Amino acid sequence: MTTRELGHNAAPRVSFFNDPVIRGIIYQVVVVAILVGFIFWIIGNTAANLAAQNKTTGFDFLWKTAGFDISFTLLPWSRGSYYWEAFLVGLINTLLVAFIGIIFATILGFTIGIARLSSNFIISSLATVYVELIRNIPLLLQLFFWYFAVLKAMPAVRNSIALPLDSFINQRGIFVPRPIPDDQFGFVWIGLALAIAAVVFLRQWAKKRLEATGQRFPVFLTSVVILLGVTGLLWFISGASVTFEPPVLERFNFKGGLALPPEFAALVFGLTIYTAAFIAETVRGGIQSVSRGQTEAAQSLGLKDNDRLRLVIVPQAMRVIVPPLTSQYLNLTKNSSLGAAIGYPELVNVFAGTSLNQTGRAIECIAITMLVYLCFSLITSAIMNWYNARVKLVER
Amino acid sequence: MTDIGFVRSNLVEPRPAPVRTSGAIAWAQKNLFSTPLDTVLTILGLLFLAWILPPLYGFFFGNAVEPNGTVEQCRLDNAGACWAYIAAEMEFFIYGFYDIPEQWRPNIVFALGAALLIPLLIPKAPFKRTNAVLFLLVYPIVTYFLLAGGVFGLKPIPTEKWGGLLVTLILSVVGITLSFPLGIILALGRQSKMPIIKTVCVGFIELVRAVPLITILFMASIMLPLFMPQGTTVDKFLRALVGVTLFTSAYMAEVVRGGLQAIPRGQYEAASALGLGYWKRMWFIILPQALKHVIPGIVNNFISLFKDTSLVYIVGMKDLLEAVKTKNDTALEWQSANTATTGYLFAAMVFWVFCFGMSRYSIYMERRLNTGYKR
Repeated sequence: MTTRELGHNAAPRVSFFNDPVIRGIIYQVVVVAILVGFIFWIIGNTAANLAAQNKTTGFDFLWKTAGFDISFTLLPWSRGSYYWEAFLVGLINTLLVAFIGIIFATILGFTIGIARLSSNFIISSLATVYVELIRNIPLLLQLFFWYFAVLKAMPAVRNSIALPLDSFINQRGIFVPRPIPDDQFGFVWIGLALAIAAVVFLRQWAKKRLEATGQRFPVFLTSVVILLGVTGLLWFISGASVTFEPPVLERFNFKGGLALPPEFAALVFGLTIYTAAFIAETVRGGIQSVSRGQTEAAQSLGLKDNDRLRLVIVPQAMRVIVPPLTSQYLNLTKNSSLGAAIGYPELVNVFAGTSLNQTGRAIECIAITMLVYLCFSLITSAIMNWYNARVKLVER
Repeated sequence: MTDIGFVRSNLVEPRPAPVRTSGAIAWAQKNLFSTPLDTVLTILGLLFLAWILPPLYGFFFGNAVEPNGTVEQCRLDNAGACWAYIAAEMEFFIYGFYDIPEQWRPNIVFALGAALLIPLLIPKAPFKRTNAVLFLLVYPIVTYFLLAGGVFGLKPIPTEKWGGLLVTLILSVVGITLSFPLGIILALGRQSKMPIIKTVCVGFIELVRAVPLITILFMASIMLPLFMPQGTTVDKFLRALVGVTLFTSAYMAEVVRGGLQAIPRGQYEAASALGLGYWKRMWFIILPQALKHVIPGIVNNFISLFKDTSLVYIVGMKDLLEAVKTKNDTALEWQSANTATTGYLFAAMVFWVFCFGMSRYSIYMERRLNTGYKR
């Protein structure tokens, strides 16, 4: 019988292949080798293909004249503009549609999310039907529906449907009066800015006073009075005025006014309705995540209904709502690329579509387009991280 | 001795009946008219329904043209949905340009798929393992040879001719079955302690999630041919499949990661203490628990993928939506005011049925698997 000495400190004898550290290194070396080989293979193939097709590469095309028309731009655009200007036009159009879509989708989404939690059977059922219907139908299909089946099926220009406030809707889009502020109107903006600054200051002062003395101040009411009062006063004193230029039907089309092309309207409409369904679910989940105990605790502290919501429920719900809400905003921005399918000149349409086809610089165009969306995503996640760090639950 | 006795001489009056707490009236009082505001909302809701339901009913049923109707009926002024158009073009919506005499082949694929999938979805059905192997390994091969042809004397049919619901279903089934394991591997890679593997996985996931699917499909359709050796052509169908699968796998990876992070460290340590290696530890201990946590997320991804297949028109495939759009735009013999609307509504209904079915099934599975966490 042999005895083994205990407490011997020699390293356990493991075969070299079973050592996790060495194994890890081997795995990684293999992965890197495969990846590098794959990338070189792709680069080699691409170079060979491009050479065979007599194509050049590089970003010099950005400074060449584009020579195509863009149907809807906020920036000055002509056929003589450069490709980098086309890129900017697409980018601005994407941002415009995303911005407007986000505002409307937030309003609609919060309304429907709260409606889903209503104790009223009819209201909550309507909200549920909306969410379940919209979420389960592809966005592209909805866009096609709004664009081809609704807006393109509107009557021709001559038989435009008149809407209230001198607006018209027809095949070519929605026409609304264009507000034209006169020269004095700058004072009104100054007044508004002053009023906003005053309101911000007031809020801070009221909060400080509340914390110091416990006395409350009717911040909301005063804010409204300041906003309306200061702006209105400057408006009145400066004698500024806004005239509205209504769209007028001429022989073939409307002249004057502000024209919203059907592509734009359909895209905003579709994105709003689709994203609102997802935002509604986010809002519902956030409100439900605040436990009943919080409501009861707030009530037992003697808070009024209004204060209970404002000081206890909403801040806690927002902590849950905001991160997914931000990613819905990002989704909306990414989904705006579907505008390409209905001819709205946004980034993918103008740059990864028309510009790419004309220049043949596939790699460059797609890389730039993807980079833009990557930047959107990085900015969004940076904002989200900042917010999360700010509202994080402070634990003992 | 005083005689204090009291005997009641008449019967007690019957008390009023208690306030009803059940029944239709009580329900209405509680759910429809509990406060003045509630009453206003109820009335507004009812007015809205009264405003929207009759025209909808008229469009879908009342004034709609029956499936065996004619285009003249669809062109009448007050005609509703033109179901005759759907009925007439149904073949195209289901099979695309697939050769008409060969349509029995997709039919067999549909039937086989249903026969294998339904028992797989019913928890009590036996032979799960055999069933899964048949569905995941054998069925795709059979499907491919049956649809593409070229063997056993079947007429070869190129993928360009496939279309309609057939393409939508194949893309989503294959996409789901491929993106799920790929997503798990990416998620495990992201959790890995090996820095290079982790970086590669994080880079892939974040890059793909940051860009819209439409750009990835653009890339698949324009750049994939450039990446391949000269002379090789990449099938359009394959391009769409690669794009959709890679896209979904990145999202899947994030969902699975959520599940992995929800597993307490003790589970990993206990599995290691049992002497299980990495893959066994993952397969037997960690993944079953992690995946159970994230079923809703996984199914949401499946639903997204199913909806996203509608974007493959970019690579030139005619999926259900694109087939409907093509017919709406080109079928001049069916032109009427409501043709396009009816077509899109039909496509919407098909998509809705599949997506809603998936979400209901996920809720059912979630309840069934909700073991051990019940409070």
